[in-house]
Amino acid sequence: MDAKQMDAIKPAQFPASADASPAKMAVKVACRDVNVHYGTKHALKGVGIDIRERQVTAFIGPSGCGKSTFLRCLNRMNDTVASARVTGSILLGGQDIYDPKIDVVQLRARVGMVFQKPNPFPKSIYENIVYGPRIHGLASTKAEFDEIVERSLRGAALWDEVKDRLNEPGTGLSGGQQQRLCIARAIAVSPEVILMDEPCSALDPIATAHVETLIDELRENFTIVIVTHNMQQAARVSQRTAFFHLGTLVEEDDTAAIFTNPRDERTQGYITGRYG
Amino acid sequence: MANDHIVRSYDEELNRLTGLLARMGGLVEAELAGAIQAVAARDAELATRTVRADIRVDELEREIGEQVVRVMALRQPVAMDLRLVLGSLRIAGDLERSADYAKNVAKRAVALAQLPILRPVHAIPRMGTVVREMLKDVLDAFAARDVAKAVAVWNRDEELDEMHGSLFRELVTYMMEDPRNITGSTHLLFVAKNIERIGDHATNIAETIHYIVKGTPLSGERPKGDGTSFSTVGAGG
Repeated sequence: MDAKQMDAIKPAQFPASADASPAKMAVKVACRDVNVHYGTKHALKGVGIDIRERQVTAFIGPSGCGKSTFLRCLNRMNDTVASARVTGSILLGGQDIYDPKIDVVQLRARVGMVFQKPNPFPKSIYENIVYGPRIHGLASTKAEFDEIVERSLRGAALWDEVKDRLNEPGTGLSGGQQQRLCIARAIAVSPEVILMDEPCSALDPIATAHVETLIDELRENFTIVIVTHNMQQAARVSQRTAFFHLGTLVEEDDTAAIFTNPRDERTQGYITGRYG
Repeated sequence: MANDHIVRSYDEELNRLTGLLARMGGLVEAELAGAIQAVAARDAELATRTVRADIRVDELEREIGEQVVRVMALRQPVAMDLRLVLGSLRIAGDLERSADYAKNVAKRAVALAQLPILRPVHAIPRMGTVVREMLKDVLDAFAARDVAKAVAVWNRDEELDEMHGSLFRELVTYMMEDPRNITGSTHLLFVAKNIERIGDHATNIAETIHYIVKGTPLSGERPKGDGTSFSTVGAGG
């Protein structure tokens, strides 16, 4: 075949979907050239990404690729690691979160976090929810706290299961319920962004399905970033997916594109289960 | 992506799928060759054998369908693997249709063998050669994931369409000259049409290969050299 014939054949774009591309949403967190060193180890190398408002962005990649490290930059959790040094810029709604004038406690109210293992406080279900709003002074009367508890538990799809035992310990719930309690606790302070670090890895498939449904519902009101080792989960819950490898952000795209036609060979190798 | 999967049995299942397709492709090639040869050599016995061979092609299509369901259920393939699995299902469908057309050619060979020889029958082996090459090349392109070769097949369909168009006009002229040619000419028209359709399926397969390898559809106006749908041959009158 000659060059002219080759020229006549151009790969078409996929037809535009009815929904606007997730990439079109406003930027909630703008990250540029983010580097993290742990002592002499360069754990995260020049990561730049725009995290979109009211979308679920999934971070995937093999262990040690930097995805959790990066997640922990987004609410300055790395500040708690003595040897960690973070450079670059992370703007939350246009505001530099590493600005010395920023109150880190306030920041973590705006950027909540849910961890791998459910970690409710050893207190009642009710106290687990009101703890954050109380220290942030979001409510003062019993009625106001009651309202936050109900709204948060409903938001975390847990209300119907626990409304009759709000004074029982949170640690008495099943694993899946505990994780939804932690999500309720995170949303009680009305954050803008919720970070989730492997939120389902300790849950069975049914509890996982509940949490995934919840994540999809939370997208209405929150910007969500989730780190997961489960690629099917990333495919199911996220609109955007970012693939990390050896401390670099290899590729970030609409989730449907990543899982049907990734641009980078390393992404392809990882998601299809080959040596990357 | 030449790398193997970490889970070796996954590769084995994908290899089984492509292996089944290779076998199916080989059978369709043989069926097509038999059908063309039966027309050219007026060999009713070969034609009958060719018709019977089609059953095995249908069985393979079913096996491929089952293997696709199995891989989807057990492996949840993504990216290139997903495109390969879905593409294999499509290719199996195109091969099955091609084999049906070849079977139809073989059936008509039985009828043609009992009729007087028509001169335009000489065009059938020429068309047959082109479509057999297209089918062989597109199957090779699939085995090697060779997009350039697939695109070459895609472009070649125009040549086949033109041969079909010219044979169409020739046969219509024959029929007008002498009504006794009508039975044989009509069979030949269908034979030519069936061969032309196999070319279209080879073209489909080329598009599927492009999608499997590149992840984007092969687009652009399909090469079309066949105007028979609009053809008239004037009675000169």
